Formats: sequence, structure tokens, C-alpha cells
Amino acid sequence: MFSKTSQNVRNDRIEGRWRTLFLVMTALLILPVVIILTLLIIRGGPAITWEFISGFPIKGMTQGGIFPALMGTIFLVSLGLVFSVPLGIAAAIYLSEYASDNKLTRIINLAIINLAGVPSIVHALFGLGAFVLFMEFGTSILAASLTLAIMALPVVIVATKESLEAVPYAFREACWSLGATKWQTIRKIVLPNAVSGILTGVILEVSRTAGETAPIMFTGAAFFLPFLPESVYDQTMALSLHLFVVATQVPNVPESLPYGVALLLIMLVLLMNALSIGFRVRFRSKKKW
Amino acid sequence: MGKLPIPEPQIMWRVALVDNSKNENPFGEVISMEHHIDDPSNDSTPKNAVETTDLSLWYGSFQALFNVNFKVKQGLVTSLIGPSGCGKSTLLRSVNRINERFGYVRTEGQVHVLGQDIYAPTVDKTQVRSQIGMVFQRPNPLPVTIRKNILFGYHLKNPGRVAASVEDELVEKSLREVLLWDDLKDKLNHSALSLSLEQQQKLCIARLLPVKPKVILMDEPCSALDPEATAAIEDLIWDLRGEYTILIVTHNMAQARRASDECAFMLMGKMVEHGKTEDIFVTPDHQQTADYIEGKFG
Repeated sequence: MFSKTSQNVRNDRIEGRWRTLFLVMTALLILPVVIILTLLIIRGGPAITWEFISGFPIKGMTQGGIFPALMGTIFLVSLGLVFSVPLGIAAAIYLSEYASDNKLTRIINLAIINLAGVPSIVHALFGLGAFVLFMEFGTSILAASLTLAIMALPVVIVATKESLEAVPYAFREACWSLGATKWQTIRKIVLPNAVSGILTGVILEVSRTAGETAPIMFTGAAFFLPFLPESVYDQTMALSLHLFVVATQVPNVPESLPYGVALLLIMLVLLMNALSIGFRVRFRSKKKW
Repeated sequence: MGKLPIPEPQIMWRVALVDNSKNENPFGEVISMEHHIDDPSNDSTPKNAVETTDLSLWYGSFQALFNVNFKVKQGLVTSLIGPSGCGKSTLLRSVNRINERFGYVRTEGQVHVLGQDIYAPTVDKTQVRSQIGMVFQRPNPLPVTIRKNILFGYHLKNPGRVAASVEDELVEKSLREVLLWDDLKDKLNHSALSLSLEQQQKLCIARLLPVKPKVILMDEPCSALDPEATAAIEDLIWDLRGEYTILIVTHNMAQARRASDECAFMLMGKMVEHGKTEDIFVTPDHQQTADYIEGKFG
């Protein structure tokens, strides 16, 4: 009564085929990551020394370190955060806690999601037009950071909104029923419980903007500038652009140099991601709902 | 051009206005204020703690309440029964104006709590909500410590620094009142979410007490609890009776019968019948009430 029929045999065979297909697809997905990382570590690993990280590029960028580019990336990303994080979090709080659910709100939400999909080169041209030319910041750290901030904004908003909405509605109701205003509810209960999610989103966004090249190329990143910027109106080097330059624009570069830059960039990004995962794990273990 | 003739306000004129409005008492507010000031203890008939007058409510274009006239007597436990979607929760939630969080709610008619119109323009919503406590269907302690849960409402009303001894006293008194003190006195700084559901629900009642509410609304407070916890909460409700006016929505007919002085039956957004619990359950006036109580529909 319970033995295999020919129908069962056929089902098992089909089941096996699909399973294999999905497995192969997953392997194909992981393979490039593994190959890229291995290649970078083998070829670029030897280039990474303390002199490489802390030194200035010399001899037409064919030798020396990448310190100004590393610092430039850090400046650009942190100044970008200063603009995008407060603005993004405030907008997200308004949209998810205050705005009533009407047509306008839905259009705004849709626009924000679409903004996240705008190609970075378009952001770059917008930054060039708006910040460099119209607002007359010139090609500068300020203009480049603002461009990165505009790019990061929709992601910050979406991440913040999602983590705010993940805080159970019952907590808000409990607060209101005790006579709390909306802001008291947000400050005392909603934000403290959403902060881990917001932080995770922000850090992931940092890792993404750190690698962006197009938006900063037109607005503030310099091809070669062997000293550190003195103000936000100066240009700066940046890791991502530096990688592009040494890989394609400069002759006679030793092979290990671009790999080294790439490895450093990836390590920066992975460090950020690890940090964000760490936060998430830490905060999630505290939650009890 | 001469001055515009502005009528001088005269006593006669006001009287004339009053006469035009027939059955409306222009001093109704004042009279009911006195009503409220009266000491309830030296009056044998209980006063109305909550009174709705022709209350209608719409969610967008859907009308959830139809001209509900309902009086809840002070110091008693009144239960609201009726099938799902009959509007009993909506009625409950318009008594502390918590349903207004949806932008599309529209209310007509009046709700007086202890003689004051809580929908009057001068009324502050947060005042209404802090003085009319609410207990929800699912226990919803805040994700902070037990102690902070109890003091949450108190700190909202008293924003300055509060002496630790005052806080300690409030916490102990509130927890004693809901019979949790002996169980919880050694773990006041534990997360409220670590408690059992029964304890959580009791805590949710306890945290209302420091702000001294007059009326406590309960929206199916036992439906997430097992029978023993339900019995414990019912006992607690019975203990709080007298000092607080309690309005409780329930699906559980037996609970309404056990744990309420008065009972009101609602159907399709209308108040069908309201009276003493034993009368409603033994000799209901309406056939619909009888049918619902017998379980012919639900």
C-alpha cells in the first residue's frame, strides 16, 4: 500500500533535477566572489604594506602609497553621511510615523524607491550641474559629498522606514494610550528599538558609496593630487577613482599596484559590512519579540 | 459712513437665544461640571462616568457606529458584547480617542467622560488618553524594564526629576494593587517582555494606576490568556471595581456574565440593549439579544 509506484519514481527524478539546477545556480553565484577575492589576495596581497597605506604616490603614481586616496574616500563618505543621515532619518520618520496614508504619500514613497534606481552617472551629472556649477562650489569635496549624499538618501530613507515599521504597532498604541505624544513615542520607544536597523542600513550604504566612482569623478575627485586637502573646497583623491586611473590611464604601473588598491577598497567595504552584521546580531539577540 | 450697528449684548437677548434652542440646556456644561464635583460616595445612585450622545463614526465611507446612546455608570464594571464587527471595539476606542490615529476616521455626536465633552476643541488628546486608561487584547508592555513600564505614564505627566523614593512607592503600590508585587519585587529591572502573558497583562493594568485614571477601558483583555490567567484577570477587574469605572469589551459571554455589573449588547453598529447583567442574560428585551446569548449567531 505504501510502496513506490512508477508515478513516485518519476516525481523523484523531477525533484532531483530541479534540486540540482538550483544548486548549480547557487554555486555559479558564489563562484565569481570566490575567484575575485582569491585573485585579489594572491596578486594584491604582497603590495599591501604599511608604506603602501600611509605613503604618498610617487613617480607618476607608479610607486609609493595611496594614503591621500584612502583619506579622500574617508572624507567624501563621512561628509556625505553628515548630509544624508540626518535628512534621511528625519524624512523617514515623517513618512512612516506622521504622514497620513494618502495618494501624495504613496507617490512620494514611490519616487524615493525610484530615486534609488537612478544610475550613478546621472547623479554625477546632476551633482555637476547643481553643486559644482549652479551653487558654485567648484569641483570640491563639498560638491562630491553632496552628490554622494543625494545618491545615498533614498537608501537611508528606505532602510530607516523599514526598521521603524519593524517596531510592533502595539508599542505605539501602548504609548499613546498612556498619554504620550507622537514625538514622545518615537523618541522613547520607536527610535531606540529601530536604531540597530537604521545603523545597519547606514553602514551598508557607506560601503556602497565608498566604491562609487562616477558621482565623484565629475564633482570633486582628482586624478592626481599628492597632498591632503585643506578644506571642503579642495579637491581630493579617492580610492575608487585611483583604482580606475592606475589600472587604465597610467603606463608602466607594476601589476601588483592596482590589485593592491582594489584589495584595500574591498577590505574597507567588507569591514563595513562585517560591522553592520555585527550590530545586527548584537541588537537582535537583545530583542524579545 | 456711520458705524456699523453692533448689537449690544444684553441679558434679554441671551435669554431669547436660549428659548430658541428648546430642549438644549445652554448651561449643560456647567451643570455637568457640578455633577462631577459632587462626591459620588454620598449618593446612592451611581453617576455616569461615560455617556455617549448620538455617537456615529465612519471609517472613510464605512459607517461603524449609528447614533449610539450609551451610559456607563461610575464605579461599575460594564461589559460590551456582540458579534465580531458590531462596533464594540470602535465604541470603546472612541472613549479615549485612540482610533483617531487613522486619518480617515470621522466622528459625530458627543462623548462625555465624567461630565466633560472629550471631543470639545479645547480638549487635549494626550490628557484624555492618560486619564482614561486602556488595556489591549494582546498584553503590550513596552520593551523596557518592569519599573520603567509602571513609571512611563507618570513621567510623561511629571517631566521633571522625581525623587527615587516617590518612584519606588508608586511602583510598589501599583504592583501590589494588581497582586504582582510579591512575584516581581526582586526583578523590577528585568525586561517586561520576559514575563508570562498573565503577568504582562497585569503589568499593563498596573502601569495605568500611577496616573490615577478614572475610567479604564479594556479591549478583550483575556482573549490571549489561558483559563487560569483569565480567572486571575477577572478577579483583578472585580477588585478594581468601585475605585475605577471599567468598560470591558468581550467575546466571552460567560465572562460578561461572571465579571460585570451591567451589560450592553451591540449589533451592526447599533446599541441594541443595555441593562443589568442578570437581566440581559435572563430576560432580554430584544429577540436579537436572546438569540446572540443563546449562541444562535456569533
